[in-house]
Amino acid sequence: MSSGGGAMKPGDYFTMGNFACVEGAILAGCRFYAGYPITPSSEIFERASVRFPQVGGNAIEMEDEVGSMAALVGASFAGAKVMTATSGPGFSLMMENIGLAYIMEAPVVLINVQRAGPSTGIPTLVGQGDMMQAKWGSHGDLEIIAYSPSSVQEFFDFTIQAFNSAEKFRTPVFVMADQVVGMMWERLQVPPAEEIEVAQRLVMEPAKAQEREHPLFDYAKDFIPMPIAGMGSRANVDSLTHDSRGYPTTDHDVSERMTRHLAGKVRDHAREIWKWEERFLDDADIAVVSYGSAARSALAAVKSARAKGIKAGLLRLQTPWPFPDEVVEKLSSKVSGLVVAEINAGQMIHPVRESSRCPVVGANWAPGTLIEPRAIMDAMQAVAAS
Amino acid sequence: MISPQVRGGPETKVQHHINDDVIRSERLPNIWCPGCGIGIVVGAYVRAIQKSTIPRDNHISISGIGCTGRVSGYLNLDSYHTTHGRAIAFATGMAVVRPELEITVIAGDGDLGVIGGNHLIHAARRNVDMNVIMVNNFNYGMTGGQHGGTTPLGAKTHTSPYGNVETPFNIPYLVAAAGASFVARWTAIHVRQVTAAISRMMEVKGFAFMEVLSPCPPTFGEFNGFPEALDMMEYFRDKSVVDNNADLSDIAVTAHPEDKVVVGNFVDRKRPSYQELLDELRGRVAAQGAAKK
Repeated sequence: MSSGGGAMKPGDYFTMGNFACVEGAILAGCRFYAGYPITPSSEIFERASVRFPQVGGNAIEMEDEVGSMAALVGASFAGAKVMTATSGPGFSLMMENIGLAYIMEAPVVLINVQRAGPSTGIPTLVGQGDMMQAKWGSHGDLEIIAYSPSSVQEFFDFTIQAFNSAEKFRTPVFVMADQVVGMMWERLQVPPAEEIEVAQRLVMEPAKAQEREHPLFDYAKDFIPMPIAGMGSRANVDSLTHDSRGYPTTDHDVSERMTRHLAGKVRDHAREIWKWEERFLDDADIAVVSYGSAARSALAAVKSARAKGIKAGLLRLQTPWPFPDEVVEKLSSKVSGLVVAEINAGQMIHPVRESSRCPVVGANWAPGTLIEPRAIMDAMQAVAAS
Repeated sequence: MISPQVRGGPETKVQHHINDDVIRSERLPNIWCPGCGIGIVVGAYVRAIQKSTIPRDNHISISGIGCTGRVSGYLNLDSYHTTHGRAIAFATGMAVVRPELEITVIAGDGDLGVIGGNHLIHAARRNVDMNVIMVNNFNYGMTGGQHGGTTPLGAKTHTSPYGNVETPFNIPYLVAAAGASFVARWTAIHVRQVTAAISRMMEVKGFAFMEVLSPCPPTFGEFNGFPEALDMMEYFRDKSVVDNNADLSDIAVTAHPEDKVVVGNFVDRKRPSYQELLDELRGRVAAQGAAKK
């Protein structure tokens, strides 16, 4: 499955975030898409339907998002790099089989182009209300990886990164985009293929698979070679809590080991996963923490504050999950207050507050538009007064 | 392989069983109740695999959740025990990426026909090349006996204590109408017919579906006139009518001791499979790309 032959050629393009995502996926080696149309992510599915057959892949439509996510896990065990894209209501339906991918350790990439409001909400308008659902939405203990792009370029870059992390960690990885970033047209620079880092999955060696004596799930190691269907490993891959052979068990020690292994392989490598951007933080007295499209307004607010003589700065979370607690804690001991700017009623403010040693105020916004810099300015004044 | 002694059974020790190459003997005994029909279906599947000329490594078993959902875990194949109702959707992803794999989904009536009913009809509509064996025991057995979408009208279960008021699905009729290449129904007493049907399903290009009616003495039979292990087997023996050309709209199962059970290989037709159509599509796109250059 080479990423050449029909992948986007290097150069500068003027394109849409949702299109850039698909081109990034193809360059990352993704050749299987299963989805269900939903606003405002549908351009990803439409583009994949044109592009995937051109590179020898498949983009198939399932009967619902429950089936889409289940199909991805099956396709992942067939050896493919796999993806889907959705928005809030579809994200809710995918929760069941996100848990399946997690316990089966199947690499899958899920793009969420977030929209406004609970339930059907406002499909065509922006929101960032699924940030906590990403972390806590599927039942049981899950430790997940999520990227949050603020531009068309980052939507492209982080989609590639998401595949690399999914393959390395053998776990579901989310790109938590939003309607503004998904539908925005901007410059995209596609680097030459040889400059794009593409991670390959650690797959069980065929000869080893035929021996069948190996532990399929060696919980002493973080990263275990994946048995692919048809190799002859005779793997039993189970949604039930399973032992090192893959057999279901209610054994207390095994349950403890498996649960810790699944969470630990992400938690213990969190520092390698974390990505963030710092702007004007060196001498900052007040810092705004933001992510996704909201961070664009946050930067405008920080610049306005600076023009008025307020020493403001920006911490932009590029990986909201695993939450970069040490980064926030360090920042919070340098500044007098933090503002968390997001297009929801207050979600990522919770882990920020949990990690902070200074007052934290939310700049929250839910009319279905990009948060305005004035709302962030108001919050900065509120935290300065506290 | 020494099989564990069955509780209360004779102290015989079997060194090797003829199905050991396909069964994970070390996992025995299985979890199924005495009198259950699932083991008979597993035996038929095992014999069909042993007879199959498809390389053993390519045989893949995928299950959902429930009593029949446990089948995959006992088979010495690449096996996947997925989420409740989603086995067919999971299998669709695998079957599209790797059309050479011989994928068989084995699950129960509640799993495939109720919680997973949407995946069942749409996979049949697309005619995805896979085999689906649905063991129908007329109730949710694993959870202790509740009514579902295949429970006969009037039947008593723990959630229909005054008699079931829901009309059940006639699943072969449903799957045939949705477009499957192959549709059959047999019962747990039709061991040879079930085995032969599975062999045929492995040859069929497209969606191949079989319902196998099964006794479930402790949670369904007990309250519905089939309390002993043999009661429903005798019913199947006495009341089954083989009719390959049956009018499918007329073959609903009542599980009433006086009513017949219509069985047979009802549908065996040629329709292009989903994988063939996807393959053809990719070929057309590649030809267009080559023409442009």
